[in-house]
Amino acid sequence: MQPNLHSFPLRPGRVHEVCGPGATSFAAILAACGAGPVLWVRQDWVTEVLNPVGLSAFFDPARLLIAQAPSQTDALAVTEEALRDGSVPLVVTEITRPLDLRQGRRLQLAAGTGGSTGLCLIPESMGSNAAETRWHASPRLAPDGPDSTALRWELIKNKTGTLDAWDVRWDETAHRLHVVSPVGERPGTAQARG
Amino acid sequence: MWFPRLASDRALRRRAVEGPFALPFALVQKQASADRLVCLNAAAETLGLHRGMALADARVYCPDLVTAPSDPPAEARFLETLRRWATRYCPWVGRDGGDGLVLDVTGATHLHGGETAMLDDMRTRAARSGLALRAGLADTRGAAWALAHHGEGIAAPGDTLTALGPLPVTALRLPPDTVTALQRLGLRLVADLAAAPRAPLARRFGRRPLARLDQALGQMPDPVTPQPDPPHYGIRLSLPEPIGLARDVMAGTERLLDRLCARLQEDEAGARILLLTLRRVDGDSRQVELRLASPMRDPARILPLFTRGIEAVDAGFGIDQLRLEAARTEPLPAQQLGGPVNAGGPALDDLVTRIGTRIGLENVLRYLPADSHIPERGFSAAAAAFSTPESGWSSPRPRPLRLFPPEPIAASGPHPPARFRWRAMTLATARATGPERIAPEWWLPDESWRHGTRDYWRIETGQGRRLWLFHTPAAPGWFVQGEFP
Repeated sequence: MQPNLHSFPLRPGRVHEVCGPGATSFAAILAACGAGPVLWVRQDWVTEVLNPVGLSAFFDPARLLIAQAPSQTDALAVTEEALRDGSVPLVVTEITRPLDLRQGRRLQLAAGTGGSTGLCLIPESMGSNAAETRWHASPRLAPDGPDSTALRWELIKNKTGTLDAWDVRWDETAHRLHVVSPVGERPGTAQARG
Repeated sequence: MWFPRLASDRALRRRAVEGPFALPFALVQKQASADRLVCLNAAAETLGLHRGMALADARVYCPDLVTAPSDPPAEARFLETLRRWATRYCPWVGRDGGDGLVLDVTGATHLHGGETAMLDDMRTRAARSGLALRAGLADTRGAAWALAHHGEGIAAPGDTLTALGPLPVTALRLPPDTVTALQRLGLRLVADLAAAPRAPLARRFGRRPLARLDQALGQMPDPVTPQPDPPHYGIRLSLPEPIGLARDVMAGTERLLDRLCARLQEDEAGARILLLTLRRVDGDSRQVELRLASPMRDPARILPLFTRGIEAVDAGFGIDQLRLEAARTEPLPAQQLGGPVNAGGPALDDLVTRIGTRIGLENVLRYLPADSHIPERGFSAAAAAFSTPESGWSSPRPRPLRLFPPEPIAASGPHPPARFRWRAMTLATARATGPERIAPEWWLPDESWRHGTRDYWRIETGQGRRLWLFHTPAAPGWFVQGEFP
């Protein structure tokens, strides 16, 4: 990984958050940077589904397990169970309602016990105070060509470091993340929001 | 052995009544849109009711008739239980119709003190458990059937005809119309039939009546087919004093599991579904079902998975019997320890089981590739516990990461709109790639594809978001169906 992209891949044993329209691809890239099974916890009433054919550009969907919970409470319980167990290195949870401090803290404790990474896909401005880091991921219009996967990742909350923002691009053939320098700037110097 | 009132006896056994049930009782089943009696107890039969009678008629004869719905599958299971019980007399036991058992007791009678003593023992035991039993013993299966159904008794060896002779021809397991025809000819008893000339009979009725007679007399083979005994994995533990603490129940379950797993180990099988039945002091029972993500027989791994289910049980005044059954098993051959471990391994299976106990094992899914150009059908979801991961994912063209039900946008014409509104956002098209034409699969009717062919466009908006739009030329309209990374 690029040395200047600090805080990524996410610190294991903690729960992180990502929001914004590029949250799914953020989770997919995080899964692609690790190994082993990925548990994706979603709620069964949400009509928007993951497309494993699209995911295959990032990692092998055979690694993916989906848990469909009937409600957010069940989704959080499944997440906690999986984080505490530790046999799944990455647990991604789709959140629809804001977490309170108790729920967020329980997830952190579970992740600390099991040593897995937790990632919550949250709606915008619904972050929990217990999260280790919070990212905002959004797609960007790439100037150079139509097949681009240009993304802008902003680190908007970080308990153990500085905030920053990067322009990144996922290379589908090399399965590698590239940090792109915006025109006239060095990578890592883009202005962080907030 | 014939149980003439098996179904009603079974239903009455379940009613906690002291002594024999004195009121007339009948089991009712809906046949041809009318409720009819299918099985009666002795009290009802003495009042003149009979099988096949309409319930409304029976009520006229006997207003205080007690009825219950009949349950044929449960009756079949009950007969199967009786069949297992009957193997205490001899190893060769088969079912005979819906209410009889046939035992080949050759060489087994002396173990029970002779033929008469054995039949007495059968009757005593059946009477003690509230079952009406008629038993007949003879050289052949047909003769024993005849004796059981028409006057009990033992036919002397080698002299079957003497015992069968005075019985009516219905004792020969013949269809009712043949019996009626035989009776019209004056052949009322088995002895009449045996004495009648064979050739005209065969011409008149076919070979069947004579074949049945020969089978009863032992001149034609009529083998007893024993039922295969499926392995039964059920263990119970009765307690002298009721228990109520979750910890105690867990300790009891551990004992049961050890024994059950030892039995599974002998058969190289693994449990897939485990049922723990906790019988409470008040006669009620609670059941804990554990569906495992993979066949297992390791008690140390299974026991913690029961924790959640057992803690949710209401023990009431206490539990005095535990019963553990492997309701579904799968072959699980012994495997070499060490060596390469498959992805995830047992820890992942245990996790899937634990998640499954909360949200249901069928809700833990994995995606499998499917061969279709239709975006929604390019994959299928299968329960992770009952499928193996498959690779072979490929997308010749970029596909979105997220799919949602098509959301209409206001636009017209075959070319993507320059500006459009979607989810309360105004978006401007910066770059459009397409069209990619996808035709519906005509061999699979799909309501959402009724507008026919779709032209898909990958739209990169000036605002950053990359959307998957399609246009339906047949019924002009634009829809958003997915979002790219």
